[in-house]
Amino acid sequence: MRTIAASIAARVPRFLREPRSLLIAVPYFWLFLFFAIPFLIVLKISFAEAQIAMPPFSSILEWTGEKLSINLNLGNFQFLFEDELYYTAYLNSIRIAFNATLLCLLIGYPMAYVIARMPPSRRNVFLMLVILPSWTSFLIRIYAWIGILKNEGLLNETLKTLGLIDAPLHILHTEAALYIGIVYAYLPFMVLPLYSNLVKLDPRLLEAATDLGARPWQAFLQVTLPLSRAGMLAGSMLVFIPAVGEFVIPELLGGAGTLMIGKVLWQEFFNNRDWPVASAVAIVMLLLLTIPIMLFHHYQARELEAR
Amino acid sequence: MSARPRRPILPPLLMWLGFVFLYAPIVILIVYSFNESRLVTVWGGWSTKWYMELIQDQQMMDAAWRSLKIAFLTAWAAVVLGTMAGIVMVRCQRFRGRTLFSGMITAPLVMPDVIIGLSLLLLFVSMSKWIGWPEARGMVTIWIAHVTFCTAYVAVVVSSRLKDFDMSLEEAAMDLGADRLKTFLVITLPIISPALVAGWLLSFTLSLDDLVIASFVSGPSSTTLPMQVFSSVRLGVSPKINALATILVVLVSLAALLGWWLMRLEDKRMRRDMQLAARE
Repeated sequence: MRTIAASIAARVPRFLREPRSLLIAVPYFWLFLFFAIPFLIVLKISFAEAQIAMPPFSSILEWTGEKLSINLNLGNFQFLFEDELYYTAYLNSIRIAFNATLLCLLIGYPMAYVIARMPPSRRNVFLMLVILPSWTSFLIRIYAWIGILKNEGLLNETLKTLGLIDAPLHILHTEAALYIGIVYAYLPFMVLPLYSNLVKLDPRLLEAATDLGARPWQAFLQVTLPLSRAGMLAGSMLVFIPAVGEFVIPELLGGAGTLMIGKVLWQEFFNNRDWPVASAVAIVMLLLLTIPIMLFHHYQARELEAR
Repeated sequence: MSARPRRPILPPLLMWLGFVFLYAPIVILIVYSFNESRLVTVWGGWSTKWYMELIQDQQMMDAAWRSLKIAFLTAWAAVVLGTMAGIVMVRCQRFRGRTLFSGMITAPLVMPDVIIGLSLLLLFVSMSKWIGWPEARGMVTIWIAHVTFCTAYVAVVVSSRLKDFDMSLEEAAMDLGADRLKTFLVITLPIISPALVAGWLLSFTLSLDDLVIASFVSGPSSTTLPMQVFSSVRLGVSPKINALATILVVLVSLAALLGWWLMRLEDKRMRRDMQLAARE
């Protein structure tokens, strides 16, 4: 194996042996073309007008003989601010994502804490148990909750059999179902960064706190909790940001009453076929998420560069 | 006061409750995939008829095959691009546009799917207007979209592995006369190989799982498995989906076990090699 690799290495031309620029250029080009430029196009189209054509929007730059005219249509953004639907959907999304993030933190922290304190050989097994569900289909895991939560679903039937309720609890298509779905789907993303933060915590710090007379909960509140701030932040951003734009969970578990902005964008695009308004919805969502994304980037960059 | 504090009960209890929350729905899905009755609440006895129905559902099978192909091709491309990007993140501390580069690695990890999907679709539409490509949307455009976000995940996995490893091994190889490429192939690549396996599997499952982005960038005859599942789930609960879920859970668990086992094997081998080297 090694000799084969070495003989391949000997046959590669010299300019490829200093591959630094090539190494940077290839992924750079791909990500720039397929991740950065698309945002500029979304920005551009958010200023266009919807048309019945293919593609269904007007062009912004127009060349008429000797005149180049730029038609920026601010109407889409004005529309977003005037129609209460969008305003409510943005607020709902942020509120629901925020609460769901807090719930994830409350449920995920004890899990990460206990796993980080296990002997190293057992840690990996438990960590894998946390990750495993998120490797199976997201859609199907959300679907599972429909069967559990609906009026004649497993939960209601079980409670009825036990004699705890007479009439079924309405959970599916309410905000409660939305929370259950988001917490369920995103919990692993909270546990992982928390774990990798807590596992680095020096146990001598806790011993020192105990020696100085702190009770276990005091040591936890005054030592562990403040030191795990970075992990809590990273986990929270990993849950909050995608949850704001979530589509599948509000579509399958949420009700007609709770609009979330990801679902609104989807409907603008697929049902109303209004691409410019959908683009404007996306741009405003991105602006709202700028600070959380930058916070996450800051943490992630430090994680990757710290030696 | 006792010398050693009592072992707390509450945190482990909470952890186990968390695991029950994570696994109960999956267990329920699996059990009900063998239910003879169509109703979730009625147990009609054990049966494999939903599996038979699933296999006979030609649309579902076509979509599954299409998704598997896309996921397989995505995983390879994402591992190559992501490994390159991961190495750049850790090893190239200074170059023009580095801030943008690291932004393009971290942002896809959290960016809402609807935004990625919409933006890529608009790119493809604009490109076909300007340069005539892609003529139609389909498997190729889905593949490009998946490679783009999977690359970011692979880059993170690879760079966190690369960060932990001792650069002196590479320096030693170079001191002994190996050039960069040889050093990379003989030293670096074997060391980061567990991360490559993990990145491959991660990309494969992410691609297989994606509904939202694929819905935006797919064409009329390129329905993927999640899109097929989504349209049947919208119509209501069907035990056929439970059967599909069971198959996916079993496959994913096997893949995860395999990946975990490979990683352990590799780690053990590396530790043994290091010890041998240290003894000499």
